[in-house]
Amino acid sequence: MSRWLRLTPVVLLGLLLAALVWRLAHPEDTTIRSRLAGQPVPAFALPAALPGQMGLASADLKGRPRLVNLFASWCVPCIAEAPVLQQLQRRGVVIDGIAIRDRPEDLAAFLAAHGNPFERIGADNASRVQLALGSAGVPESFVVDGRGIIRHQHVGPIEPGDMPTILAELEKAR
Amino acid sequence: MRRALLLVALLVAQPALADSSLPPAQWANRQLPDPRQEAKAEALMEELRCLVCQGQSIADSDAELAGDMRHLVRTRIAAGESPTAIRSWLIERYGNWISFRPPAKPIGWPLWGAPVALLLLGLLLVRKRIRLRRG
Repeated sequence: MSRWLRLTPVVLLGLLLAALVWRLAHPEDTTIRSRLAGQPVPAFALPAALPGQMGLASADLKGRPRLVNLFASWCVPCIAEAPVLQQLQRRGVVIDGIAIRDRPEDLAAFLAAHGNPFERIGADNASRVQLALGSAGVPESFVVDGRGIIRHQHVGPIEPGDMPTILAELEKAR
Repeated sequence: MRRALLLVALLVAQPALADSSLPPAQWANRQLPDPRQEAKAEALMEELRCLVCQGQSIADSDAELAGDMRHLVRTRIAAGESPTAIRSWLIERYGNWISFRPPAKPIGWPLWGAPVALLLLGLLLVRKRIRLRRG
């Protein structure tokens, strides 16, 4: 058997090891992204999450670009996100909320403690709309343009450093 | 003293709030009354990936979102929707990744072809060795 043929297994092993080390150094991105970017918001109509206030329906997402924020009072990162949402609102961003699996009293306490930047809040008690949007957790946000098309998805809390991106996406959606 | 303090700490301790306080959705942990529909739903739930515990199916997962996904599957099956339609509805939103039964795409063909190719290679090697010995 030729010498090169004998070395083949060693070379193959080396290649395999190199591939494994590369994958360890560059782990796969496990963020679950919605495939609906660029498509219209699926039709939905959620009841109001708080008594006496407005619910949220897909038909409401028309006119000007909006930020749709999926959140919950039981979600800890949502607390960190709350001040950033308020800053966005002060900059003139229209924000609608979808409260995932929440009780009105918990939600009211959360909004009283961390501020309420939302124009409308719909109650999604069986995560139905969350699943329809292709979202996998809270908090998540979608930029929806004036024609009801999803333009951008932000997975995880919007941090101060993410504000320029969100504002730029809203500007693009105009 | 320390023991008493520990006991008080344990009594006061709160669980980390990673779950909501709402009870599971109606059909999350309840079987459909029609056994044929339930069997269909169950077969589908075994093949859908949980979005929270990504290695588990929604049939196995205890995550709240998995419960809501089981509710979704059972509600739609009960409404007469086919498992294929429900699966493609989810694939539209989350990609093929959500299904444990991936479609056969050209990129996967080498994977299916590899065992046959390796077997042929092995046979070839064996034949060569046998010839060598005879020689």
